[in-house]
Amino acid sequence: MIHRLSVDNLALARGERNLFTGLSFTLSAGEAVALVGANGAGKTSLLRAVAGLLRPEAGMIRFDGALGALEPDEARSGGLHLLGHHDGLKSDRTAREELFFWARWSGGTEAAIAHAIAAVELAPLLDLEIRKLSAGQRRRLALARLIAAPRALWLLDEPMAPLDAARRAAFGALMATHLQTGGLILAAVHDPLPVPARTLEIAAA
Amino acid sequence: MSALFILMRRELSLAWGRGGGALYACAFYAGLATLLPLAAGAEPQRLAALAPGVAFATLALASLLSLERLFERDFEDGALDLLVLGSPPLEAVCAIKCLAQWIATGAPLAILAPVIAIALGAPPVLAPLIVATALLGGIGFAFTGGVGAALALGARRGGLLIAVIVLPLFAPPVIFGAGAIQALAAGLPWTPGFVFLAAYGLAAAALSPFAMAAGCRNALS
Repeated sequence: MIHRLSVDNLALARGERNLFTGLSFTLSAGEAVALVGANGAGKTSLLRAVAGLLRPEAGMIRFDGALGALEPDEARSGGLHLLGHHDGLKSDRTAREELFFWARWSGGTEAAIAHAIAAVELAPLLDLEIRKLSAGQRRRLALARLIAAPRALWLLDEPMAPLDAARRAAFGALMATHLQTGGLILAAVHDPLPVPARTLEIAAA
Repeated sequence: MSALFILMRRELSLAWGRGGGALYACAFYAGLATLLPLAAGAEPQRLAALAPGVAFATLALASLLSLERLFERDFEDGALDLLVLGSPPLEAVCAIKCLAQWIATGAPLAILAPVIAIALGAPPVLAPLIVATALLGGIGFAFTGGVGAALALGARRGGLLIAVIVLPLFAPPVIFGAGAIQALAAGLPWTPGFVFLAAYGLAAAALSPFAMAAGCRNALS
């Protein structure tokens, strides 16, 4: 399980364009960091780099467990959730099929899936096709994955944008629970996170 | 339930779900094979001589059809990100996807292949060997095709690019497969071509997952 994420002197580029250089921070169990920055500053790219999907130009991304450094691929494959703009949901499948597939793919159990369905109030939506869901409902389905398969590090890209006020509060409570149980949250946001969080500003290179 | 097993179920349900990729491929196959008598003339003897070869060459073309959807949909909607972050290695994910492609599209095409060959005038005794070679050739088509699909990820007009990358890789199974059928039709030993076809399919299944995974990682970054 991931206890600490350390980013050291990281530089990222998209194609020919340098996004930022020399970014360093650490994130420990129970902490949340809110990434802020202008559109295109590289918040999403940073999340993808931490998830191992984007190769850094320079610098290090390190994961530590209780007993020391973790092998990055292993830490990532069982230890983090990425929730991005593209939620990976197939429009012609039902919410139930997609939730159960992704939850089990990420290592979720039946009990945890049932808990997730209750936590984000998915029960009435389960038999609908994804194409019939609103943006907020889709997001709740994507969020359910985080609860259904417990993993320490949550990488969230504007997680609350499509949610209504009540669901934002509910998701805030879920994030607080995750932090209390030793989770880590790294979230790209434009509005403040509903949990206590350090702010990290990403500025263009 | 293991993660790869549920992935296989998802892939099959996506392949057979709305959009019916396999049905389109079969219809395309039948249509393509029907063009031959229109182009080459309808003399039965001439058609019968060409039938096994045509059935195999058009099978290769029909196998191309659904390759574009193999990785592209998951790449565009973000599912590929999440598949990479699962516990099984990406190579295994790619292999499962190709295996599902073979079951969902390759197998129905293989069942259709003898029907098409016989309709064009091939003797019915060839049917079992045609099914067997089409199934084996289908493994080669699915796995080498997967390499093309992964390399073409993110490219504009990816479907055309896949065809250009993959058609040369389809040549050996077409040569060995059609060769084995024609050898049997001529009363010659057919096993050498069949064995080469099997070897090509197995080599493709063993090697191409690594190329596919590299192609996917490259497209994501």
